[in-house]
Amino acid sequence: MDLSNPYIQAALQFLAIFITFNVVLMIVAYTVLAERRILGFIQGRLGPNRVGPGGVLQPFADLLKFIFKEEIVPDKSTRFVYFLAPLIAVTAAMMTLIVYPFGPRVTLPYFGQVELVIARFDIALLYVLAVTSIGVYGIALAGWASNSKYSLMGGLRSSAQMISYELSLGLSLVGVILMSGTLDLYEIVEQQSGWYGFKWNIFPQFIGFVVYLTSAIAETNRVPFDLPEAETELVAGFHTEYSALKFALFFMAEYINMFTVSVLATTLFLGGWNVPGLALLFSPGSIPFAVFSVIGFFVKVFFFLFLYIWLRGTLPRFRFDQLMSFGWKFLLPVALLNVVLTATLVWLGVL
Amino acid sequence: MFDLKAYLPILLMFIVAAGFAVSQVLISQLIGPKRRTPTKLMPYECGKDPVGSARERFSVKFYLVAMIFVLFDIELIFLVPWAVVFKRLAGPEFGLGTLMYVEMMLFIALLFVGFVYIWKKGILDWSQAARQEAEAEAEMLAGQSGERLRRAA
Repeated sequence: MDLSNPYIQAALQFLAIFITFNVVLMIVAYTVLAERRILGFIQGRLGPNRVGPGGVLQPFADLLKFIFKEEIVPDKSTRFVYFLAPLIAVTAAMMTLIVYPFGPRVTLPYFGQVELVIARFDIALLYVLAVTSIGVYGIALAGWASNSKYSLMGGLRSSAQMISYELSLGLSLVGVILMSGTLDLYEIVEQQSGWYGFKWNIFPQFIGFVVYLTSAIAETNRVPFDLPEAETELVAGFHTEYSALKFALFFMAEYINMFTVSVLATTLFLGGWNVPGLALLFSPGSIPFAVFSVIGFFVKVFFFLFLYIWLRGTLPRFRFDQLMSFGWKFLLPVALLNVVLTATLVWLGVL
Repeated sequence: MFDLKAYLPILLMFIVAAGFAVSQVLISQLIGPKRRTPTKLMPYECGKDPVGSARERFSVKFYLVAMIFVLFDIELIFLVPWAVVFKRLAGPEFGLGTLMYVEMMLFIALLFVGFVYIWKKGILDWSQAARQEAEAEAEMLAGQSGERLRRAA
């Protein structure tokens, strides 16, 4: 087999994408289960524990239920857009999977030196921002096409919220870009290696990190920013009229977006796959080094996913006017200030 | 040094993701039971018959937010390429640091003035404006119903 043949390379990439896709779907399924269990423990109950030992087969039971549910298309809806909306939401969420740098360079037998990332290109960060913001269309169109008042309100709120917080999200990343001078996620991670973890961007970019985390939670419509699906006022918001697997697609899109946000936070601020002190135990490039690095990467990502669940079990929901004034009047100026501050420090040669 | 081959995974990922999504929609079309009744197909409104269409006028605030978003998003798009090259061009090799710094700070300052303007104009105030709007609407409705009552009498 000739590894430099473009067709074989494309086939290998396709295989890698297919594997990543399935791994991420499993992570999403088990995030949902973990969320239900942890929320149960936070609220002093058990959560789902009947299907399989400790409830580990619950996601598959849920999937079967979704498949055998009746699909209802409301008679007043705009059918084509109604079907298109979940497709846009889930496709946009999944498109980011290819740029995650989940492990360091490793020398494998037969393949030679391999970078543990599916696609590496210069504009990876911009690509992630561009693709995830397409997700707004899925939600706005779903709200409009259902022709239900709750859906429309949820869709409107969601679009306003997502575009408002996208500004502070983007601005909080400019600080990291200023420091690293590249949009290539792999290179950003490599720049953070060494110094036993003190090169991680979270230290010089702490304001940026906090702004990023806050606006990312708003961007994924999670508690305490889950206004689009505020169940006490809007039933289920933009997906009130969706049932069966189309509802599951929205659900999946939300959890994949959570995963993306956690991966970006890990990559940009917490040093990606860098584990402090690992280079003392194994030589960089060896297989155990790569294995432990990938484990370190996933530990960080799961920490952020846990943070999401923890917040959901802890905080009450914002009011819509509070949400908008917090985003525009607080987060946006702070993010701008962070950009100015970082630029000044880079200009003076401190960073 | 533009290599289109590096972007091939985007296409492959799109095929996998879109294929998955379409297959899910088709599966639930094919497998799920189909027992439709007119009541079931009504838009959900907590058990009441829906009154009128959902597609009525909504607050102009949503448009305003979208317009301001576009302005500030363009600012962000200007910032990104500047941020990418800033460290390299500010270094000893090029020495353009002061020029680039002053130019971008001027740009940010101009936008910040605009931001203060929309803030003072009250575009970012949802609660106050929403209350005034609701009060005006209630007054108008009260006037209408009063008129209708008078006509009926």
